[in-house]
Amino acid sequence: MEIKVVKNILGANDQIAGKNRQLFDSNQVFVVNVMASPGAGKTSVIMETIKRLKGKTRVGVVEGDISSSLDAEAIGKEDVPVVQINTGGECHLDASMTASALGDVPLNDIDLLLIENVGNLVCPAEFRIGEDIRILIASTPEGDDKPFKYPLMFHEADVVLINKIDLLPYLKFDVNAFTQAIRGINQKVKIFPVSCTTGEGIEEWVSWLLGRMGKK
Amino acid sequence: MHELAITQSMLDLVLKQAEEAEAEKVGKINLVLGEMTGVVGRCVQFYFDFLSKGTPAEGAVLNFKVIPTTAKCQNCHKEFELGEFDWTCPHCQSNNIEITGGKELFVESIEVD
Repeated sequence: MEIKVVKNILGANDQIAGKNRQLFDSNQVFVVNVMASPGAGKTSVIMETIKRLKGKTRVGVVEGDISSSLDAEAIGKEDVPVVQINTGGECHLDASMTASALGDVPLNDIDLLLIENVGNLVCPAEFRIGEDIRILIASTPEGDDKPFKYPLMFHEADVVLINKIDLLPYLKFDVNAFTQAIRGINQKVKIFPVSCTTGEGIEEWVSWLLGRMGKK
Repeated sequence: MHELAITQSMLDLVLKQAEEAEAEKVGKINLVLGEMTGVVGRCVQFYFDFLSKGTPAEGAVLNFKVIPTTAKCQNCHKEFELGEFDWTCPHCQSNNIEITGGKELFVESIEVD
């Protein structure tokens, strides 16, 4: 006997993500899912963002890593609440892992929650965690062909930060070609070239973020 | 690597459907995978063989229907399959395109006894 199913395989994850979203909304917390490959600068972008938001909005951070709490310790120095999730081998955060960490996040006392996903350009694209926006940090040393190699990730991103632009003089990275490739499959994406080392472009990104938060 | 989590979700979904139908055995699972998801059928099969042991779905045949990544040109409105390194419309060369297929990831049907 054949049974018609036609159900999304990740429907269960999406349901939990929806519950997370309700929790965030009821606490008026804006949530950013920060995705990138390992070493692209997720933690650096989060730290630069926190520094520029001091006195403007209250930030909390969830750090997702396969193991260790190195990033959480670094971010803890910025004097913001930070919760570590160790996925223990899973290559992405999913909605239920995120939900399990939320009990430790002081949602009442923050306006913005930055969730650093596991460094990976494949798996995180599939799993919603209840975020308002998804940002992708792509760094110049990774090469300008990445949108073609990881199309889903670039298609899903609301924002792409092109990080490490201070290294452009030393690399064969064509910012225009890269930007065009992303826009080819994602018309609505916002793109900000930034450098966490020199601070270039960070202000533009942060002021856009504040504007976007205001719309929630 | 996401195939492990995806296979577990797929198996949970299939077992729930089979239980609702009061089926004793799942013989076949028809899956639809969009090319853009990067889900590798071979890996799903590997994890499935492991995860389904001792469940009514043990030994079920997995049938994969792979959907190519397609787009619709917003300029000339023609649909086309997306090339590997070329994301412009092959008809009018516009790069104003919208993805219309390739993100699918669902269980279409199951065959049970």
